[in-house]
Amino acid sequence: MSPSPSPSRPWADLVADAVARVAAARDAAELRRLDVELLGRQSAMVAARAALASLPPEERRVAGRALNEARAAVEEALVARRRALEDEERSARLEAERMDLTEVRPTRRRGHLHLVTQARDRLEDVFVGMGYVVADGPEAETDWYNFEALNFPAGHPARNMYDTLYLELGPPESTLLRTHTSPVQVRVMEATTPPIYAVMPGRCYRQDTADASHLPNFHQIEGLVVDRGISFADLAGTLDAFTQAYFGAGIRSRLRPSYFPFTEPSAEFDITCVFCKGDGCRSCGRTGWLELGGCGMVHPNVFRAVGYDPEEWTGFAFGFGIDRMTAQRHGIDDLRELVTNDVRFLRQF
Amino acid sequence: MRLPLSWLCDFTSLDLPLDDVLATLNDLGLAVESVERVGEGLDGVVAARVLDIAAIPGADRIRAVTVDAGTSAPVPVVCGAWNFTEGDLVPLATVGTVLPGGLEITARRMKGAPSEGMLCAPDELGLPGGHDGILVLDDDAVPGSPVGEVLGIRPDVVVDLEVNANRPDAMSVVGVARDLAARLGLAFAIPEPKVLPTEGVLSAPVEVDDPVGCGRFVAQVLTGLTVGPSPAWLARRLTLAGMRPINNVVDASNYVMLELGQPTHPYDRRRLAGGGLRVRRARPGETLVTLDGSERSLHSADLVICDADDQPVGIAGIMGGASSEIDPTTTEVVLEAAWFDPLSISTSSRRLKLRSEASARFEKGCDWAGIDRAVARFCELLAPSGAVPAGPAADVVGQLPERPPVRLRTSRVNQVLGTDLDDGRIAGYLDPIGFTTTPVAEGALDVELPSWRLDSGTEIDVIEEVARLHGYRAITPTLPRSALTGGLTPYQRDRRTVRQILVGAGADEAWSATFVSSDDLERCLLDRREAVVVTNPLVAAESLLRTSLLPGLVGAVAANARRRQPGVALFEVGHTFRRPPPGQQLPDEVEAAAYAAAGRDAAEAVTAWHLVAEGLVLTDWSLEATTAAGLHPTRTAQVVVAGEAVGVVGEIDPAVLAAHEIGERVAWLELDLGHLLGAGHGNDRYRPVSRFPSSDIDLAFEVDVATPAAAVARTLSRAGADLVVDVALFDVYRGDQLAAGRRSLAFTVRFQAPDRTLTDEEVATARARLVAAVEASHPAVLRA
Repeated sequence: MSPSPSPSRPWADLVADAVARVAAARDAAELRRLDVELLGRQSAMVAARAALASLPPEERRVAGRALNEARAAVEEALVARRRALEDEERSARLEAERMDLTEVRPTRRRGHLHLVTQARDRLEDVFVGMGYVVADGPEAETDWYNFEALNFPAGHPARNMYDTLYLELGPPESTLLRTHTSPVQVRVMEATTPPIYAVMPGRCYRQDTADASHLPNFHQIEGLVVDRGISFADLAGTLDAFTQAYFGAGIRSRLRPSYFPFTEPSAEFDITCVFCKGDGCRSCGRTGWLELGGCGMVHPNVFRAVGYDPEEWTGFAFGFGIDRMTAQRHGIDDLRELVTNDVRFLRQF
Repeated sequence: MRLPLSWLCDFTSLDLPLDDVLATLNDLGLAVESVERVGEGLDGVVAARVLDIAAIPGADRIRAVTVDAGTSAPVPVVCGAWNFTEGDLVPLATVGTVLPGGLEITARRMKGAPSEGMLCAPDELGLPGGHDGILVLDDDAVPGSPVGEVLGIRPDVVVDLEVNANRPDAMSVVGVARDLAARLGLAFAIPEPKVLPTEGVLSAPVEVDDPVGCGRFVAQVLTGLTVGPSPAWLARRLTLAGMRPINNVVDASNYVMLELGQPTHPYDRRRLAGGGLRVRRARPGETLVTLDGSERSLHSADLVICDADDQPVGIAGIMGGASSEIDPTTTEVVLEAAWFDPLSISTSSRRLKLRSEASARFEKGCDWAGIDRAVARFCELLAPSGAVPAGPAADVVGQLPERPPVRLRTSRVNQVLGTDLDDGRIAGYLDPIGFTTTPVAEGALDVELPSWRLDSGTEIDVIEEVARLHGYRAITPTLPRSALTGGLTPYQRDRRTVRQILVGAGADEAWSATFVSSDDLERCLLDRREAVVVTNPLVAAESLLRTSLLPGLVGAVAANARRRQPGVALFEVGHTFRRPPPGQQLPDEVEAAAYAAAGRDAAEAVTAWHLVAEGLVLTDWSLEATTAAGLHPTRTAQVVVAGEAVGVVGEIDPAVLAAHEIGERVAWLELDLGHLLGAGHGNDRYRPVSRFPSSDIDLAFEVDVATPAAAVARTLSRAGADLVVDVALFDVYRGDQLAAGRRSLAFTVRFQAPDRTLTDEEVATARARLVAAVEASHPAVLRA
């Protein structure tokens, strides 16, 4: 039995009763019914609002305020209960959807780039950052690009340094599988005019039996810079900058005299042992240094072969094997592991 | 090259720590490969006379030996070797000695017999000669003498140097000593050999038919010699340098070569017809049995040494013949010391596949001016055997390389090296290594090139010497300043994209060999006649170049399956090769990308292709049924981009899979990257997206199975003019409700105009146009 509408009556009991009923509502339908009953057209509050007009102004203001407060309290209770019911409903629905995500068996997987590709991409990126372009070239080459233009005249004993694989094309020993990426140097120089800042990664070939430290096909990256005023000091500085960028800040490079027909002066370049940081360990034979590759100032005869004036231009070149360096870095003792194509290897990197 | 450091000290005084010597060698470009300490651990090993050998009761392998070791009382030792007898002189390691192998000798008893020391086999003393028996010493030593003294062994360090191909001089002790002394600022001198003057007139007649191939030929006759073992010190040095002592004559020749870098060859004069020598090119069909016992077929390019009867007795500069070899009865020797053209020697050596210590030096260029010293040194070394020069040496000089002085510009040195050296410093580096400088003007030197550095002939060669002696590490590094920007080419970027797409498609990247065998191609049904042949493969598996990535990847799939890894997806980016058309020297070389998915059918490969096309934003492409070698005859399509074939997609031929024992289907996609990425792709022009509503209609056609779904879709697109924005195949049905050879293709077609909302009438009209077009173009009818 709800209290009868009367503008002068205090609303406290009615509000307390309404709030209690709203709070006890069990579902949205009941809440809708209560909304109509307590605040709808037939409700005591609406009737009381109509009756306000008949009160004297002073009383009307007091009663009006009381009525507004009472109505607000009921509305607030309705909103709160509605929210609570919605939350419960949502919780129940979500609970019904609960999934054990560890049950999931992936239907797709992502593959892995070959470790050597990853190394090659990173090397390219370091040199691109230093202002170099990347040049590609064919793996089957003529004697001219692989040897002759690189200052290995026919019969030059230094040709014996490379166990060359020849192809049955053209006159005997005129076509071969490149033994190094250096032919691309010649192709780049033939195709462009200096200045040149380029690196040339790619696959090379030697007549070699595959063993733990040799593969008959392997990957090298080579660099070539030709510009005015390029010196051996620039070569040393460039290799040092590269070494630190690729291997890390503590890793330095050093040069030792060596011999290659296409560079002079020629050098071997070593880097601080990446394992012991130069203190000497098993990997570096206790020297603190790891051999990385060869380099030197481009030989004037190479410039002459491509029609550059060696008095006007000087330059340097450097190169090293990607596979061995990568294998060493990742603790792979046997290079043949790189070519097994066993997914248990490929998916590790 | 193995080099005992004590030998270097004959020419310069190396009194600095070993580590500094090694570092200096490395800095000079004489890379130290290994360092070996020898002759250590012999303290406490003495010569001992065997006094008595007695059996030990109950032991049949060891005996009780009593020796006189120079001490007051005889020493008892137990020994298991049987190769010596009473009276022999043997090495005794006394109690407390630590042998080179680390074994410490203690006093003990064996089978009750006391043993106060150990008799030693050669290997236990770190000497050649093995472990077969106790080392029996020369009889004239006094018991108790240190065995090191008896054998002429002193502690020494042997370094193994990796000598670069341009440094023939560094293949000798004096060459290394000269470099070291110059770098360290030490005195260097080669002592003049002392040779008895000869009053005889016996010499060997010499004829040189080929003065280009043989630039100088010296022959010296020695008589009165007795062949025997070399003195211990000489044999020891040869051994340390890695050569086996043979007899005093051969050893002296080898010693001179190691010391001075000049190979010589001694002939037994009595076995040399006519006692003379002739140098000529070989005649076709000529053969010679060389010192190693092999019969060699000679070629007209090979230079040979003949006797006076014109019979070959040696291959010039490479190896002597067996017929005139020194033997124990030899008493007279003709010594040959010559200079041969490096190119001729390297060509013959390569063709004959015959390399020797001599050819390794001649092919790099020996020192023709050093020949006289080499002959004198040989005579000096052999003098103790009674050998005396029997007359003046024959000396025929042919054509030697011109060695004009090199003009060296100081400015050029500094330009190339990035240094700031002056004329004086440069001269200071060059003069000690025999590059004799004469100032000609401010900033210019004339440099006389030493005859032992035939590799050096131009200014840049001399600049390298300056850099070497200055020290590479003394050059301050700088960085060049490039005005260029770096970057990848569009092709290189796209190649990375293709890799990433295939990785995203779930494939792991393989690296297979570029080489294939004939069998590999055959198993993949590929035509071996298209393959480029490798002339000199080491193994049959490397005899051809791959014409496709198929053999490598299918092999990798099979290998994984064998290791219980079925269902792998792999891809590879690599070069393939085909024989060129006539008139082209290089093969047709293509950079290809291929994808193989085991346990999946052609649909998987087509999906992978869709990903590639999507990733590259290709618009104008199609698949056209085809057949291709190695691929499934009814499940293969050509990938056509902008009207050009760029690859194939489908499945691998079941016959290929069977040949590889692969028990599952394998999806296959192979693309020619050059053609694919050369075709237009990507989009750089915005096409406005319509803001007006679209309408979808479904159309199902009954179509002949031979009609590609893509052809029907294309007809729908074209017939829709500008109103059709998308045609999607959503269902394919084959079955009872349709006649044999027919199937149902159901498409959802989306209509949309860029500028207005389409009316129902417009859509209906367009729909009718589409249906009519399909029915007119294909053996197709609309299904109700």
